[in-house]
Amino acid sequence: MYQWDFGILWSYRWLFLNGLGVTVGFTVVIVVLGLVFGLFGAFGTLSRFRAVRLLALTFIEAFRCTPILVQLIWFYYALPILAGVEMTPITASALALSLYGGSFYSEIIRGGIISIDRGQSEAGAALGMTPGQSMRRIVLPQAIKRMIPALMNQSIIQFKNTSLVSVLAVPDLVYQSQVAAHDSYRPLETYTAVAIAYAAILIPLTIMVRRGEKRLAVGE
Amino acid sequence: MSDTSKIEIRALRKSFGSNEVLKNINLDVAKGGVVALIGPSGSGKSTLLRCINLLVTPDGGSVRVGDTRFSFGEGTKLPDVKTLAKFRTTTGMVFQHFNLFPHMTTLQNVMEGPVTVRRMARADAEKLARAQLAKVGLAEKADQYPATLSGGQKQRVAIARALAMEPDVMLFDEVTSALDPELVGEVLNVMQQLASEGMTMVIVTHEIAFAREVADRLIFMRDGVVVEEGPARQVIDNPQAAATRAFLSHFHRTGALPPANAES
Repeated sequence: MYQWDFGILWSYRWLFLNGLGVTVGFTVVIVVLGLVFGLFGAFGTLSRFRAVRLLALTFIEAFRCTPILVQLIWFYYALPILAGVEMTPITASALALSLYGGSFYSEIIRGGIISIDRGQSEAGAALGMTPGQSMRRIVLPQAIKRMIPALMNQSIIQFKNTSLVSVLAVPDLVYQSQVAAHDSYRPLETYTAVAIAYAAILIPLTIMVRRGEKRLAVGE
Repeated sequence: MSDTSKIEIRALRKSFGSNEVLKNINLDVAKGGVVALIGPSGSGKSTLLRCINLLVTPDGGSVRVGDTRFSFGEGTKLPDVKTLAKFRTTTGMVFQHFNLFPHMTTLQNVMEGPVTVRRMARADAEKLARAQLAKVGLAEKADQYPATLSGGQKQRVAIARALAMEPDVMLFDEVTSALDPELVGEVLNVMQQLASEGMTMVIVTHEIAFAREVADRLIFMRDGVVVEEGPARQVIDNPQAAATRAFLSHFHRTGALPPANAES
């Protein structure tokens, strides 16, 4: 029978906290950057110009239909050779995760926009609004409400995806716990604690999302 | 062309795919004129109305409202979005399904055009919007959201919203078709009042009695062509074409307008 001993992890607390800080900070960066890429992707697919639509679709499908782990490795090892630019593991993984998340955000944002009744933008146009004005004033304020639950959901997935950056030796929570596990010979305790740490952050977040969804549903 | 006509449509054509919806339509509306467009569904009357403010882009012919004319067809360039937007400020449109902005209060709905498009100061826009709401009898609903209003009230807000742009022309696209019968009267009353104030109006409608009462000209369309056209009373009381007679036989053509609800 295995003797569990979580007490031993206490001496690694600073390592874990450090890793957790990197994980959270990384998540903030890739969510924000991902939303920016997502906006470009969404408006690209809705563009009047065929070339722009094709470009946006290529971006979305390339990142949506390949595994994130492969993308991370490719961005760090292959892209520098192709493009001739050196990238730190942090830059490479931030870029890969942002683009990966952005491809999913694109579809969420696009879906939110096209779910708004055509009559709304027609009413805006009939008042003399340009397409840009009616997007800003009429369509987006309504669409964002519908997007929020799905965007939150995708961001939660992004938070968990940051665990993959450890393969590029980015010192996130998983990477630091690998260090701790090797050092302490206590991998079972270490990874259990790590799993609990992820859940401890995400469960309150998912509860917030669910509450938010209910509040938005009332507003409809 | 007569200098007095406010709207002038020449040789207008529109197809959706292989379906030719408008075939060589000509139409003049005098300043202050009220024209009713009637016809069976699929006759092209709504498409024609939407060509007047270019929500639908014609394939050929020309559209003029006031001093602005657009030509369409081979070799003509489509107007850019800024030109189109500016043009549409001169025409107000009211839709069958209201298309009010659900995330804004009634007052904000009516202020939206003046503030965003006309760049009016908020205080001035609010004054104008409140006046328009009062005009359609909904001053006290200013702070409510559209979801809390009845269909008839929604449509009156939609009329106020269009009027707040102070357009030269008002276009009505089957504005009573989505309403419960008892709510039709309050909307028609507002329209009748507007007509009596000299607004130039084009009305797509199935309210034949209303068209007879309020419109000075009536156009009967079928399969993308104008079948019959003339003074509203004359066409309704004494249709010449067999198709017009057949269509009108489905309606009560005379009688009072449906009563407006006392105050709603």
